[in-house]
Amino acid sequence: MTLSLDDIRRVAKLARIEISETDAQQNLVRLSGIFDLIEQMRAVDTQGIKPMSHSQDMVQRLREDIVTESDQRVLFQSVAPQVEDGYYLVPKVIE
Amino acid sequence: MLNASLRQLSLLLSEKKISSTELTSEFLSRIKALNPDLNAFITIDEEKSLDQASAADQMIAAGRSTPLTGIPIAQKDIFCARGWLTTCGSKMLSNFVSPYDATVIERFDQAGMVNLGKTNMDEFAMGSSNETSYYGPVKNPWDRLAVPGGSSGGSACAVAARLAPVATGSDTGGSIRQPAALCGISGIKPTYGLVSRYGMIAFASSLDQGGPMAKSAEDLALLLNTMVGFDEHDSTSLQRAKENYAQDLEKPVNGLRIGLPKEFFAEGMSSDVSSAIEAALAEYRKLGATFVEVSLPNSKLAVPVYYVLAPAEASSNLSRFDGARYGYRTAQYSSLEDLYTKTRAEGFGEEVKRRILIGTYVLSHGYYDAYYLQAQKLRRLIAEDFRKAFEQCDLIMGPTTPTVAFNIGEKCDDPIQMYLSDIYTSTASLAGLPGMSIPAGFGSKNRPVGLHIIGNYFQEAQMLNVAHCYQQVTNWHELTPPENL
Repeated sequence: MTLSLDDIRRVAKLARIEISETDAQQNLVRLSGIFDLIEQMRAVDTQGIKPMSHSQDMVQRLREDIVTESDQRVLFQSVAPQVEDGYYLVPKVIE
Repeated sequence: MLNASLRQLSLLLSEKKISSTELTSEFLSRIKALNPDLNAFITIDEEKSLDQASAADQMIAAGRSTPLTGIPIAQKDIFCARGWLTTCGSKMLSNFVSPYDATVIERFDQAGMVNLGKTNMDEFAMGSSNETSYYGPVKNPWDRLAVPGGSSGGSACAVAARLAPVATGSDTGGSIRQPAALCGISGIKPTYGLVSRYGMIAFASSLDQGGPMAKSAEDLALLLNTMVGFDEHDSTSLQRAKENYAQDLEKPVNGLRIGLPKEFFAEGMSSDVSSAIEAALAEYRKLGATFVEVSLPNSKLAVPVYYVLAPAEASSNLSRFDGARYGYRTAQYSSLEDLYTKTRAEGFGEEVKRRILIGTYVLSHGYYDAYYLQAQKLRRLIAEDFRKAFEQCDLIMGPTTPTVAFNIGEKCDDPIQMYLSDIYTSTASLAGLPGMSIPAGFGSKNRPVGLHIIGNYFQEAQMLNVAHCYQQVTNWHELTPPENL
Protein backbone atom coordinates (compact mmCIF):
# COMPACT_ATOMS: atom_id res chain seq x y z
CA MET A 1 0.00 0.00 0.00
CA THR A 2 1.27 3.46 -0.83
CA LEU A 3 0.23 6.52 1.10
CA SER A 4 0.39 9.92 -0.56
CA LEU A 5 0.83 13.41 0.83
CA ASP A 6 -2.78 14.04 -0.16
CA ASP A 7 -3.88 11.12 2.06
CA ILE A 8 -2.04 12.65 5.01
CA ARG A 9 -3.61 16.09 4.40
CA ARG A 10 -7.09 14.57 3.97
CA VAL A 11 -6.84 12.52 7.17
CA ALA A 12 -5.47 15.49 9.14
CA LYS A 13 -8.42 17.55 7.93
CA LEU A 14 -10.86 14.81 9.01
CA ALA A 15 -9.14 14.65 12.41
CA ARG A 16 -9.23 18.46 12.75
CA ILE A 17 -5.49 18.77 13.23
CA GLU A 18 -3.69 21.61 11.46
CA ILE A 19 -0.68 20.22 9.65
CA SER A 20 2.29 22.05 8.14
CA GLU A 21 4.03 20.88 4.95
CA THR A 22 7.03 19.68 6.99
CA ASP A 23 4.78 17.76 9.39
CA ALA A 24 2.91 16.20 6.46
CA GLN A 25 6.19 15.06 4.87
CA GLN A 26 7.45 13.60 8.13
CA ASN A 27 4.16 11.84 8.83
CA LEU A 28 4.15 10.38 5.33
CA VAL A 29 7.46 8.63 6.06
CA ARG A 30 6.47 7.44 9.54
CA LEU A 31 2.94 6.34 8.67
CA SER A 32 4.10 4.50 5.53
CA GLY A 33 6.38 2.41 7.73
CA ILE A 34 3.58 1.67 10.17
CA PHE A 35 1.19 0.72 7.37
CA ASP A 36 3.80 -1.69 5.99
CA LEU A 37 3.61 -3.44 9.37
CA ILE A 38 -0.18 -3.35 9.29
CA GLU A 39 -0.22 -4.87 5.78
CA GLN A 40 0.88 -8.28 7.22
CA MET A 41 -2.53 -8.43 8.81
CA ARG A 42 -4.43 -7.93 5.57
CA ALA A 43 -2.94 -10.99 3.90
CA VAL A 44 -4.73 -13.41 6.26
CA ASP A 45 -7.89 -15.12 5.01
CA THR A 46 -10.64 -14.30 7.50
CA GLN A 47 -13.68 -15.37 5.53
CA GLY A 48 -16.53 -16.49 7.78
CA ILE A 49 -14.93 -15.22 11.01
CA LYS A 50 -17.13 -13.09 13.20
CA PRO A 51 -15.49 -9.78 14.15
CA MET A 52 -14.70 -9.46 17.87
CA SER A 53 -15.49 -5.95 19.03
CA HIS A 54 -15.19 -6.68 22.69
CA SER A 55 -13.51 -9.27 24.89
CA GLN A 56 -16.60 -10.07 26.94
CA ASP A 57 -19.78 -11.29 25.31
CA MET A 58 -22.07 -8.77 26.92
CA VAL A 59 -25.10 -6.75 26.02
CA GLN A 60 -25.64 -3.11 26.82
CA ARG A 61 -26.94 -2.77 30.34
CA LEU A 62 -30.19 -0.82 30.71
CA ARG A 63 -31.36 1.23 33.68
CA GLU A 64 -34.55 2.88 34.87
CA ASP A 65 -35.24 6.17 33.09
CA ILE A 66 -34.93 8.33 36.19
CA VAL A 67 -32.81 11.36 37.05
CA THR A 68 -29.56 10.29 38.74
CA GLU A 69 -27.33 13.31 38.24
CA SER A 70 -27.62 16.72 39.84
CA ASP A 71 -26.92 20.03 38.07
CA GLN A 72 -23.19 20.80 38.31
CA ARG A 73 -22.95 23.36 35.54
CA VAL A 74 -20.98 25.92 37.56
CA LEU A 75 -18.46 23.33 38.72
CA PHE A 76 -17.98 21.83 35.28
CA GLN A 77 -17.71 25.23 33.59
CA SER A 78 -15.07 26.31 36.07
CA VAL A 79 -12.49 24.47 33.92
CA ALA A 80 -13.72 25.86 30.56
CA PRO A 81 -11.46 28.18 28.53
CA GLN A 82 -14.24 30.78 28.09
CA VAL A 83 -17.84 30.96 29.30
CA GLU A 84 -20.52 33.63 29.44
CA ASP A 85 -23.92 33.46 31.18
CA GLY A 86 -23.55 29.70 31.60
CA TYR A 87 -22.68 29.09 27.94
CA TYR A 88 -19.40 27.91 26.42
CA LEU A 89 -18.00 30.68 24.22
CA VAL A 90 -16.64 29.81 20.76
CA PRO A 91 -16.25 31.90 17.58
CA LYS A 92 -19.50 32.72 15.81
CA VAL A 93 -20.61 29.96 13.39
CA ILE A 94 -23.79 31.55 11.94
CA GLU A 95 -23.63 34.98 10.36
CA MET B 1 9.80 1.22 56.44
CA LEU B 2 10.49 2.13 52.82
CA ASN B 3 10.66 -1.57 52.00
CA ALA B 4 7.74 -2.64 54.17
CA SER B 5 4.87 -4.61 52.69
CA LEU B 6 1.28 -3.39 52.89
CA ARG B 7 0.62 -5.98 55.59
CA GLN B 8 3.55 -4.69 57.67
CA LEU B 9 2.55 -1.05 57.20
CA SER B 10 -1.02 -1.86 58.12
CA LEU B 11 0.14 -3.51 61.35
CA LEU B 12 2.41 -0.59 62.28
CA LEU B 13 -0.49 1.80 61.73
CA SER B 14 -3.12 -0.19 63.58
CA GLU B 15 -0.78 -0.75 66.53
CA LYS B 16 -0.13 3.01 66.49
CA LYS B 17 3.62 2.51 66.19
CA ILE B 18 3.52 5.06 63.39
CA SER B 19 0.90 7.53 62.22
CA SER B 20 -0.25 8.00 58.65
CA THR B 21 0.97 11.59 58.92
CA GLU B 22 4.50 10.41 59.76
CA LEU B 23 4.44 7.76 57.03
CA THR B 24 3.13 10.20 54.43
CA SER B 25 5.68 12.87 55.42
CA GLU B 26 8.51 10.40 55.05
CA PHE B 27 7.49 9.48 51.50
CA LEU B 28 6.86 13.15 50.60
CA SER B 29 10.34 14.15 51.71
CA ARG B 30 11.82 11.28 49.71
CA ILE B 31 9.88 12.46 46.66
CA LYS B 32 11.18 15.97 47.21
CA ALA B 33 14.75 14.71 47.32
CA LEU B 34 14.68 12.22 44.44
CA ASN B 35 11.93 13.33 42.07
CA PRO B 36 13.81 16.26 40.51
CA ASP B 37 16.10 13.71 38.85
CA LEU B 38 13.75 10.72 38.40
CA ASN B 39 10.73 12.77 37.23
CA ALA B 40 8.27 10.09 38.37
CA PHE B 41 5.63 12.59 39.56
CA ILE B 42 3.91 15.33 37.58
CA THR B 43 2.02 16.76 40.56
CA ILE B 44 2.62 16.62 44.28
CA ASP B 45 0.46 18.53 46.73
CA GLU B 46 1.75 18.12 50.27
CA GLU B 47 -1.17 19.89 51.87
CA LYS B 48 -3.77 17.66 50.21
CA SER B 49 -1.82 14.49 50.99
CA LEU B 50 -1.28 15.48 54.63
CA ASP B 51 -4.97 16.38 55.03
CA GLN B 52 -5.86 12.89 53.85
CA ALA B 53 -3.25 11.41 56.19
CA SER B 54 -4.69 13.22 59.17
CA ALA B 55 -8.20 12.05 58.23
CA ALA B 56 -6.81 8.50 58.04
CA ASP B 57 -5.26 8.90 61.50
CA GLN B 58 -8.70 9.87 62.79
CA MET B 59 -10.25 6.82 61.10
CA ILE B 60 -7.69 4.60 62.83
CA ALA B 61 -8.23 6.32 66.20
CA ALA B 62 -11.98 5.83 65.83
CA GLY B 63 -11.51 2.12 65.03
CA ARG B 64 -12.97 2.51 61.54
CA SER B 65 -9.90 1.48 59.57
CA THR B 66 -9.56 -0.96 56.67
CA PRO B 67 -6.34 -2.91 55.91
CA LEU B 68 -5.29 -0.04 53.62
CA THR B 69 -6.16 2.95 55.83
CA GLY B 70 -3.34 5.47 56.21
CA ILE B 71 -1.08 3.93 53.55
CA PRO B 72 0.09 6.29 50.78
CA ILE B 73 -0.48 5.43 47.12
CA ALA B 74 0.82 7.14 43.97
CA GLN B 75 -1.91 7.65 41.36
CA LYS B 76 -1.22 7.52 37.64
CA ASP B 77 -2.14 10.87 36.12
CA ILE B 78 -4.72 9.17 33.89
CA PHE B 79 -7.14 8.95 36.84
CA CYS B 80 -9.25 12.07 37.43
CA ALA B 81 -8.98 13.17 41.06
CA ARG B 82 -11.19 15.97 42.31
CA GLY B 83 -9.22 19.16 42.93
CA TRP B 84 -5.99 17.67 41.53
CA LEU B 85 -4.34 18.72 38.31
CA THR B 86 -5.02 15.74 36.00
CA THR B 87 -2.93 16.03 32.83
CA CYS B 88 -2.73 12.53 31.33
CA GLY B 89 0.82 13.55 30.42
CA SER B 90 -0.46 16.03 27.82
CA LYS B 91 -0.22 19.75 27.14
CA MET B 92 -3.89 19.40 26.16
CA LEU B 93 -4.81 18.87 29.84
CA SER B 94 -1.94 20.87 31.36
CA ASN B 95 -4.46 23.22 33.01
CA PHE B 96 -7.16 20.67 33.85
CA VAL B 97 -8.08 20.48 37.53
CA SER B 98 -10.57 17.63 37.65
CA PRO B 99 -14.03 18.51 39.00
CA TYR B 100 -14.73 14.84 39.86
CA ASP B 101 -13.16 11.60 41.05
CA ALA B 102 -12.54 8.47 39.00
CA THR B 103 -14.15 5.44 40.65
CA VAL B 104 -10.68 3.99 41.30
CA ILE B 105 -9.69 7.16 43.20
CA GLU B 106 -12.98 7.16 45.09
CA ARG B 107 -12.56 3.51 46.16
CA PHE B 108 -9.02 4.08 47.49
CA ASP B 109 -10.14 7.31 49.20
CA GLN B 110 -12.95 5.46 50.92
CA ALA B 111 -10.55 2.78 52.11
CA GLY B 112 -8.57 5.60 53.74
CA MET B 113 -5.51 5.51 51.48
CA VAL B 114 -3.53 8.71 51.04
CA ASN B 115 -2.99 10.09 47.53
CA LEU B 116 0.75 10.88 47.39
CA GLY B 117 0.57 12.59 44.01
CA LYS B 118 -0.01 12.05 40.30
CA THR B 119 2.59 10.07 38.38
CA ASN B 120 4.18 10.79 35.04
CA MET B 121 3.12 8.78 31.99
CA ASP B 122 3.28 8.66 28.22
CA GLU B 123 0.93 11.24 26.74
CA PHE B 124 -2.61 9.79 26.83
CA ALA B 125 -0.95 6.45 27.68
CA MET B 126 0.43 6.17 24.14
CA GLY B 127 3.96 4.92 24.45
CA SER B 128 6.20 2.18 25.79
CA SER B 129 9.02 4.28 27.24
CA ASN B 130 7.48 7.28 29.01
CA GLU B 131 9.24 9.52 26.51
CA THR B 132 6.07 10.93 24.92
CA SER B 133 5.07 12.77 28.13
CA TYR B 134 4.68 16.54 27.81
CA TYR B 135 6.38 16.61 31.23
CA GLY B 136 9.56 14.94 30.03
CA PRO B 137 10.90 11.41 30.29
CA VAL B 138 11.04 9.43 33.54
CA LYS B 139 14.32 7.77 34.45
CA ASN B 140 14.70 4.11 35.33
CA PRO B 141 15.92 4.01 38.95
CA TRP B 142 18.08 0.92 38.23
CA ASP B 143 19.99 2.79 35.55
CA ARG B 144 19.19 6.42 34.99
CA LEU B 145 20.27 6.26 31.36
CA ALA B 146 17.45 3.79 30.69
CA VAL B 147 13.73 4.27 30.13
CA PRO B 148 11.36 3.00 32.85
CA GLY B 149 8.95 1.61 30.25
CA GLY B 150 5.49 2.95 29.62
CA SER B 151 2.94 4.12 29.70
CA SER B 152 2.75 3.77 33.51
CA GLY B 153 6.46 4.64 33.78
CA GLY B 154 6.10 7.17 36.60
CA SER B 155 4.19 4.71 38.77
CA ALA B 156 6.72 1.92 38.11
CA CYS B 157 9.64 4.24 38.86
CA ALA B 158 7.97 5.55 42.05
CA VAL B 159 7.50 2.02 43.47
CA ALA B 160 10.96 0.80 42.37
CA ALA B 161 12.73 3.84 43.85
CA ARG B 162 10.62 3.55 47.03
CA LEU B 163 9.05 6.98 46.50
CA ALA B 164 5.70 5.29 47.18
CA PRO B 165 4.77 1.97 48.75
CA VAL B 166 2.32 1.17 45.93
CA ALA B 167 0.78 2.82 42.84
CA THR B 168 -1.95 2.55 40.25
CA GLY B 169 -1.46 2.05 36.55
CA SER B 170 -3.52 1.43 33.45
CA ASP B 171 -2.88 -1.07 30.69
CA THR B 172 -4.13 -0.97 27.09
CA GLY B 173 -1.46 -3.03 25.31
CA GLY B 174 1.00 -3.60 28.15
CA SER B 175 1.22 -0.28 30.02
CA ILE B 176 1.24 -1.83 33.51
CA ARG B 177 3.23 -4.99 32.77
CA GLN B 178 5.96 -3.57 30.53
CA PRO B 179 7.10 -0.77 32.95
CA ALA B 180 6.73 -3.17 35.91
CA ALA B 181 9.13 -5.53 34.10
CA LEU B 182 11.63 -2.82 33.15
CA CYS B 183 11.67 -1.34 36.68
CA GLY B 184 11.79 -4.67 38.54
CA ILE B 185 8.41 -4.47 40.29
CA SER B 186 5.13 -6.43 40.22
CA GLY B 187 2.03 -5.32 38.32
CA ILE B 188 -1.24 -6.89 37.24
CA LYS B 189 -3.75 -6.02 34.54
CA PRO B 190 -6.98 -7.74 35.61
CA THR B 191 -9.54 -9.28 33.26
CA TYR B 192 -11.16 -6.53 31.17
CA GLY B 193 -14.26 -5.23 32.97
CA LEU B 194 -13.22 -5.87 36.59
CA VAL B 195 -11.82 -2.41 37.37
CA SER B 196 -14.03 0.58 36.60
CA ARG B 197 -12.96 2.82 33.72
CA TYR B 198 -15.08 5.73 34.98
CA GLY B 199 -12.85 8.80 35.26
CA MET B 200 -9.86 6.97 33.77
CA ILE B 201 -9.13 9.09 30.71
CA ALA B 202 -9.97 6.94 27.68
CA PHE B 203 -7.42 5.76 25.13
CA ALA B 204 -8.82 2.55 23.53
CA SER B 205 -12.00 1.72 25.38
CA SER B 206 -12.28 -1.95 24.40
CA LEU B 207 -8.80 -2.59 25.83
CA ASP B 208 -8.19 -0.04 28.65
CA GLN B 209 -8.03 -1.56 32.11
CA GLY B 210 -6.72 -0.16 35.39
CA GLY B 211 -4.67 -2.20 37.81
CA PRO B 212 -2.26 -2.01 40.74
CA MET B 213 1.56 -1.82 40.76
CA ALA B 214 3.54 -2.83 43.83
CA LYS B 215 6.61 -4.62 45.15
CA SER B 216 4.99 -8.02 45.62
CA ALA B 217 2.08 -10.20 44.51
CA GLU B 218 0.72 -10.09 48.05
CA ASP B 219 0.49 -6.28 47.92
CA LEU B 220 -1.22 -6.50 44.51
CA ALA B 221 -3.84 -8.87 45.97
CA LEU B 222 -4.66 -6.47 48.80
CA LEU B 223 -4.98 -3.54 46.38
CA LEU B 224 -7.17 -5.54 43.99
CA ASN B 225 -9.56 -6.30 46.86
CA THR B 226 -10.35 -2.57 46.94
CA MET B 227 -9.90 -1.72 43.27
CA VAL B 228 -12.20 -4.36 41.73
CA GLY B 229 -15.95 -3.97 41.86
CA PHE B 230 -19.04 -3.29 39.80
CA ASP B 231 -19.61 0.36 38.86
CA GLU B 232 -22.86 1.53 37.31
CA HIS B 233 -20.99 4.52 35.83
CA ASP B 234 -19.01 2.21 33.52
CA SER B 235 -21.11 0.51 30.85
CA THR B 236 -18.65 -2.39 30.49
CA SER B 237 -18.20 -2.98 34.22
CA LEU B 238 -18.87 -6.61 35.15
CA GLN B 239 -21.30 -7.67 37.86
CA ARG B 240 -19.67 -10.50 39.78
CA ALA B 241 -19.59 -11.84 43.32
CA LYS B 242 -16.94 -10.19 45.50
CA GLU B 243 -13.69 -12.14 45.59
CA ASN B 244 -10.86 -12.13 48.14
CA TYR B 245 -7.74 -12.07 45.97
CA ALA B 246 -5.44 -12.74 48.94
CA GLN B 247 -7.27 -15.89 49.94
CA ASP B 248 -5.28 -18.45 47.93
CA LEU B 249 -1.85 -16.82 48.11
CA GLU B 250 -0.23 -19.62 50.11
CA LYS B 251 -1.74 -22.53 48.16
CA PRO B 252 0.99 -24.96 46.98
CA VAL B 253 1.57 -24.83 43.21
CA ASN B 254 2.61 -28.43 42.85
CA GLY B 255 0.85 -30.05 39.92
CA LEU B 256 0.29 -26.68 38.24
CA ARG B 257 0.40 -26.96 34.45
CA ILE B 258 2.30 -24.02 32.97
CA GLY B 259 1.83 -23.42 29.24
CA LEU B 260 4.83 -22.14 27.30
CA PRO B 261 3.80 -20.71 23.91
CA LYS B 262 6.43 -21.79 21.42
CA GLU B 263 6.00 -18.49 19.55
CA PHE B 264 7.07 -16.53 22.68
CA PHE B 265 10.27 -18.54 23.01
CA ALA B 266 11.27 -18.23 19.38
CA GLU B 267 13.19 -15.44 17.64
CA GLY B 268 13.01 -11.93 19.01
CA MET B 269 13.80 -12.60 22.66
CA SER B 270 17.30 -11.48 23.64
CA SER B 271 19.59 -14.04 25.25
CA ASP B 272 19.90 -12.25 28.63
CA VAL B 273 16.10 -12.16 29.00
CA SER B 274 15.90 -15.77 27.87
CA SER B 275 18.34 -17.00 30.57
CA ALA B 276 16.49 -15.08 33.33
CA ILE B 277 13.18 -16.59 32.22
CA GLU B 278 14.67 -20.11 32.02
CA ALA B 279 15.93 -19.68 35.60
CA ALA B 280 12.49 -18.54 36.77
CA LEU B 281 10.87 -21.56 35.12
CA ALA B 282 13.41 -23.82 36.84
CA GLU B 283 12.19 -22.42 40.20
CA TYR B 284 8.67 -23.41 39.26
CA ARG B 285 9.86 -26.88 38.33
CA LYS B 286 11.37 -27.15 41.83
CA LEU B 287 8.03 -26.08 43.27
CA GLY B 288 6.39 -29.00 41.51
CA ALA B 289 4.91 -27.34 38.43
CA THR B 290 4.89 -29.09 35.08
CA PHE B 291 5.34 -27.56 31.64
CA VAL B 292 3.43 -28.04 28.44
CA GLU B 293 4.22 -26.52 25.07
CA VAL B 294 1.27 -24.62 23.65
CA SER B 295 0.86 -22.63 20.45
CA LEU B 296 -0.55 -19.17 19.78
CA PRO B 297 -0.16 -19.23 15.99
CA ASN B 298 -1.78 -15.84 15.44
CA SER B 299 0.28 -13.99 18.06
CA LYS B 300 2.61 -12.66 15.35
CA LEU B 301 -0.35 -10.59 14.14
CA ALA B 302 -1.04 -9.06 17.56
CA VAL B 303 1.09 -5.95 17.06
CA PRO B 304 -0.41 -5.01 13.65
CA VAL B 305 -3.94 -5.79 14.91
CA TYR B 306 -3.33 -3.74 18.04
CA TYR B 307 -1.99 -0.81 15.99
CA VAL B 308 -5.20 -0.74 13.96
CA LEU B 309 -7.72 -1.20 16.79
CA ALA B 310 -6.12 1.00 19.46
CA PRO B 311 -5.54 4.06 17.20
CA ALA B 312 -9.04 3.66 15.71
CA GLU B 313 -10.63 3.80 19.16
CA ALA B 314 -8.22 6.55 20.22
CA SER B 315 -9.09 8.75 17.24
CA SER B 316 -12.71 8.59 18.33
CA ASN B 317 -12.05 9.07 22.07
CA LEU B 318 -9.68 11.98 21.56
CA SER B 319 -12.13 13.91 19.39
CA ARG B 320 -13.50 15.31 22.68
CA PHE B 321 -10.45 17.56 23.05
CA ASP B 322 -11.74 20.54 21.11
CA GLY B 323 -10.61 23.58 23.10
CA ALA B 324 -14.23 24.50 23.85
CA ARG B 325 -15.18 22.87 27.16
CA TYR B 326 -11.99 22.16 29.10
CA GLY B 327 -8.25 21.90 28.70
CA TYR B 328 -5.91 23.79 26.42
CA ARG B 329 -7.14 26.37 23.88
CA THR B 330 -4.92 27.99 21.24
CA ALA B 331 -4.22 31.71 21.76
CA GLN B 332 -5.25 33.00 18.33
CA TYR B 333 -8.00 31.79 16.05
CA SER B 334 -10.28 33.23 13.40
CA SER B 335 -13.15 30.71 13.28
CA LEU B 336 -14.48 27.66 15.10
CA GLU B 337 -12.72 25.35 12.61
CA ASP B 338 -9.51 27.30 13.16
CA LEU B 339 -9.96 27.02 16.94
CA TYR B 340 -10.28 23.21 16.70
CA THR B 341 -7.42 22.56 14.29
CA LYS B 342 -4.90 24.89 15.99
CA THR B 343 -5.83 23.73 19.50
CA ARG B 344 -5.36 20.09 18.51
CA ALA B 345 -2.16 20.77 16.54
CA GLU B 346 -0.61 22.58 19.53
CA GLY B 347 -2.15 20.57 22.37
CA PHE B 348 -1.25 17.04 21.21
CA GLY B 349 2.31 15.71 20.93
CA GLU B 350 3.75 13.92 17.89
CA GLU B 351 2.97 10.32 18.92
CA VAL B 352 -0.63 11.14 19.83
CA LYS B 353 -1.18 12.96 16.53
CA ARG B 354 0.39 10.06 14.64
CA ARG B 355 -2.03 7.61 16.26
CA ILE B 356 -5.04 9.86 15.65
CA LEU B 357 -4.05 10.02 11.98
CA ILE B 358 -3.70 6.21 11.74
CA GLY B 359 -7.04 5.74 13.49
CA THR B 360 -8.82 8.30 11.33
CA TYR B 361 -7.41 6.68 8.21
CA VAL B 362 -8.44 3.11 9.05
CA LEU B 363 -11.95 4.26 9.96
CA SER B 364 -12.40 6.50 6.93
CA HIS B 365 -14.72 5.79 4.02
CA GLY B 366 -13.60 2.87 1.88
CA TYR B 367 -11.01 1.53 4.31
CA TYR B 368 -13.12 0.35 7.25
CA ASP B 369 -13.55 -3.28 6.06
CA ALA B 370 -9.95 -3.68 4.98
CA TYR B 371 -8.49 -2.48 8.27
CA TYR B 372 -10.81 -2.14 11.25
CA LEU B 373 -13.11 -5.08 10.48
CA GLN B 374 -10.20 -7.30 9.42
CA ALA B 375 -8.40 -6.46 12.68
CA GLN B 376 -11.50 -7.35 14.69
CA LYS B 377 -11.71 -10.73 12.93
CA LEU B 378 -8.07 -11.42 13.69
CA ARG B 379 -8.71 -10.39 17.27
CA ARG B 380 -11.13 -13.29 17.50
CA LEU B 381 -8.52 -15.70 16.08
CA ILE B 382 -6.04 -14.49 18.72
CA ALA B 383 -8.61 -15.01 21.50
CA GLU B 384 -9.41 -18.48 20.08
CA ASP B 385 -5.71 -19.42 20.22
CA PHE B 386 -5.76 -18.71 23.94
CA ARG B 387 -8.99 -20.64 24.46
CA LYS B 388 -7.39 -23.71 22.90
CA ALA B 389 -4.15 -23.24 24.83
CA PHE B 390 -6.01 -23.07 28.15
CA GLU B 391 -7.50 -26.52 27.42
CA GLN B 392 -3.98 -27.87 27.99
CA CYS B 393 -2.67 -25.68 30.82
CA ASP B 394 -3.69 -23.64 33.90
CA LEU B 395 -1.77 -20.52 33.00
CA ILE B 396 0.79 -19.27 30.51
CA MET B 397 4.29 -17.93 31.14
CA GLY B 398 6.91 -16.16 29.09
CA PRO B 399 8.95 -12.97 29.06
CA THR B 400 7.10 -9.67 29.58
CA THR B 401 9.35 -7.88 27.09
CA PRO B 402 11.81 -9.10 24.44
CA THR B 403 14.71 -7.07 25.92
CA VAL B 404 15.62 -5.25 29.13
CA ALA B 405 15.08 -1.47 29.28
CA PHE B 406 16.63 0.41 26.37
CA ASN B 407 18.32 3.80 26.66
CA ILE B 408 16.39 7.06 26.78
CA GLY B 409 16.33 8.41 23.23
CA GLU B 410 17.38 5.11 21.64
CA LYS B 411 14.07 4.26 19.92
CA CYS B 412 12.45 7.70 19.69
CA ASP B 413 12.96 7.96 15.95
CA ASP B 414 11.76 4.46 15.23
CA PRO B 415 8.11 4.03 16.26
CA ILE B 416 7.94 0.52 14.77
CA GLN B 417 10.78 -0.80 16.95
CA MET B 418 9.00 0.78 19.91
CA TYR B 419 5.68 -0.85 18.95
CA LEU B 420 7.31 -4.28 18.65
CA SER B 421 8.33 -4.17 22.32
CA ASP B 422 4.61 -4.75 23.08
CA ILE B 423 4.58 -8.11 21.30
CA TYR B 424 3.94 -10.37 24.31
CA THR B 425 1.68 -8.08 26.29
CA SER B 426 -0.63 -6.88 23.51
CA THR B 427 -1.55 -10.47 22.59
CA ALA B 428 -3.18 -11.02 26.01
CA SER B 429 -4.74 -7.53 25.94
CA LEU B 430 -6.56 -8.22 22.68
CA ALA B 431 -8.10 -11.35 24.17
CA GLY B 432 -9.09 -9.36 27.31
CA LEU B 433 -7.20 -11.83 29.51
CA PRO B 434 -5.55 -10.92 32.82
CA GLY B 435 -1.77 -10.53 32.67
CA MET B 436 0.90 -9.77 35.20
CA SER B 437 4.62 -9.18 35.40
CA ILE B 438 6.86 -10.05 38.34
CA PRO B 439 10.59 -9.41 38.80
CA ALA B 440 12.71 -12.38 37.66
CA GLY B 441 16.29 -11.22 37.95
CA PHE B 442 18.52 -9.08 35.80
CA GLY B 443 19.80 -9.03 32.25
CA SER B 444 22.38 -7.00 30.43
CA LYS B 445 23.77 -3.90 32.23
CA ASN B 446 22.09 -5.17 35.39
CA ARG B 447 18.67 -4.04 34.16
CA PRO B 448 15.58 -5.92 35.45
CA VAL B 449 13.76 -8.73 33.62
CA GLY B 450 10.05 -9.44 34.08
CA LEU B 451 8.29 -12.81 34.03
CA HIS B 452 4.93 -12.54 32.25
CA ILE B 453 2.03 -14.59 33.60
CA ILE B 454 -1.16 -14.79 31.55
CA GLY B 455 -4.19 -16.31 33.24
CA ASN B 456 -7.54 -17.46 31.97
CA TYR B 457 -10.48 -15.04 32.43
CA PHE B 458 -11.10 -14.18 36.12
CA GLN B 459 -8.13 -16.29 37.35
CA GLU B 460 -6.42 -13.36 39.11
CA ALA B 461 -6.41 -15.15 42.49
CA GLN B 462 -4.63 -18.12 40.95
CA MET B 463 -2.08 -15.92 39.15
CA LEU B 464 -1.35 -14.02 42.38
CA ASN B 465 -0.97 -17.33 44.20
CA VAL B 466 1.49 -18.59 41.60
CA ALA B 467 3.45 -15.32 41.72
CA HIS B 468 3.45 -15.26 45.53
CA CYS B 469 4.88 -18.80 45.74
CA TYR B 470 7.75 -17.73 43.48
CA GLN B 471 8.34 -14.67 45.66
CA GLN B 472 8.56 -16.90 48.74
CA VAL B 473 11.55 -18.74 47.25
CA THR B 474 13.25 -15.83 45.44
CA ASN B 475 14.08 -12.28 46.55
CA TRP B 476 14.15 -10.34 43.27
CA HIS B 477 11.11 -8.34 44.40
CA GLU B 478 12.89 -7.23 47.58
CA LEU B 479 15.97 -5.84 45.86
CA THR B 480 16.23 -2.07 45.54
CA PRO B 481 18.19 0.15 43.18
CA PRO B 482 21.67 0.34 44.79
CA GLU B 483 22.26 4.07 45.11
CA ASN B 484 19.00 4.72 46.90
CA LEU B 485 19.17 3.27 50.36
